Amino acid sequence: METNFTHHQSAHCENGVASNLLKHNGLNISEPMVFGIGSGLFFVYLPFIKINYAPATSYRPMPGQIFGKLAKRLGLKIKRQKFSNIANAIKALDENLKNNIPTGLQVGVYNLTYFPDEYRFHFNAHNLVVYGKTETDYLISDPVMETVTILTHEELNKVRFAKGAFAPRGQMYYPIQIPATVDLKSAIIKGIKNTCRDMLAPIPIIGFRGIKMVARQIRKWPIKHGTQKANHYLAQMVRMQEEIGTGGGGFRFIYAAFLQEASVVLENEKLKELSLEMTAIGDLWRDFAVEASRIYKNRSTQVDVYNTIADQLLNIANKEEEFFKKLKLTIK
Amino acid sequence: MKKEEVPQDKGNLSKKNMKELVYATDEKGNYTTALSTGWEPKTIALSNSIEEVNERIAIAKEQVKNNEVSPICYYMELHKMDIAILSSYVGIWQWRVKRHFKPKVFTGLSDKILQKYAETFAISITELRNFKTD
Repeated sequence: METNFTHHQSAHCENGVASNLLKHNGLNISEPMVFGIGSGLFFVYLPFIKINYAPATSYRPMPGQIFGKLAKRLGLKIKRQKFSNIANAIKALDENLKNNIPTGLQVGVYNLTYFPDEYRFHFNAHNLVVYGKTETDYLISDPVMETVTILTHEELNKVRFAKGAFAPRGQMYYPIQIPATVDLKSAIIKGIKNTCRDMLAPIPIIGFRGIKMVARQIRKWPIKHGTQKANHYLAQMVRMQEEIGTGGGGFRFIYAAFLQEASVVLENEKLKELSLEMTAIGDLWRDFAVEASRIYKNRSTQVDVYNTIADQLLNIANKEEEFFKKLKLTIK
Repeated sequence: MKKEEVPQDKGNLSKKNMKELVYATDEKGNYTTALSTGWEPKTIALSNSIEEVNERIAIAKEQVKNNEVSPICYYMELHKMDIAILSSYVGIWQWRVKRHFKPKVFTGLSDKILQKYAETFAISITELRNFKTD
């Protein structure tokens, strides 16, 4: 069985799956559009949760939220199923493929055999599309890969039933109803408003305030935990930030691309200017990653290195505060 | 980021000939996509945590040799897990998993329980029991 599915590579898995599935169903929507309307830009600092023995920072909302919000704002219907039983999960997927429905899956990364070993850690919020099945394999379109790939039946079952935080529990999803015309304008405005609300949220661990909080913490890390642990924390932060499209600079560029597209749809020149500004902020995030990597490689010659990058991060937070305040006014 | 500035460093992706897609601006400032083979700051961050994982594995191995912990602990580290993840894979409460780290408790474990661990680590019960201290 094979459905005639077209694979497009994307920067981030969830946007990519959403965009690819919708394109397959006749709704031509780009990855940045999915990301913007689904309010994919986010920041939260969770010092009380440890991932890989370091405080958690997340640059994205909960898995599934981008597609969920996008569907709501465009009036699409998405069917989502979770399973407690592997046999049922296999049956449901095979049934879909038989009916020519390419299906999105939430999977764990650890057993994705086509990834380089270094990337295979226990992270369960990855997304891919299964578009066919042969006697031995499933045909996979993983949006972060350049081309389509395969997993054996057993391998796919393993990744669908990966365990740990955000265990996918065989989760599969696919659009079941797409309206003939969609109101892109109002969806874009809703998406932007949501992101502004998130990034300007009056909660100390979320949005620009969350970034400021991390900046404050970075100053304390070497004193409180010693340089070794502080370096580990920093390295983890950069990994969360820049690893295969899950983060800081990369996300800012996708958002800037979205604003550029949005400025055409909404006929609003101001959004194009803001897109340029977002690009500049993305570049600042990249500079931050470069400086941080120098520190944990011990190549930095500056004396007061932690304070320097904390200042850098604070500058980013201030720029983002200013940016989202402006953006909020622009779409009023 | 401008398209010419998209990093093309050798990294963990280039070993498997993988490239990731990034968004960047062209000469006119319009957004387009480009492929990147890798970026050094990322590679360093990743190697940094891989080194740490390897260190943890080496320590666990030493501890098994000295009969301080059971092989379960070593295999947990080998599979980059922590107690919470291992616990959810084997379906055994965390405090019991922790208890199974004690060599004395480990020797008394039934085949049924060992089977759960062995399956998770994709090895046989015999391999789990007879840990090679080479």
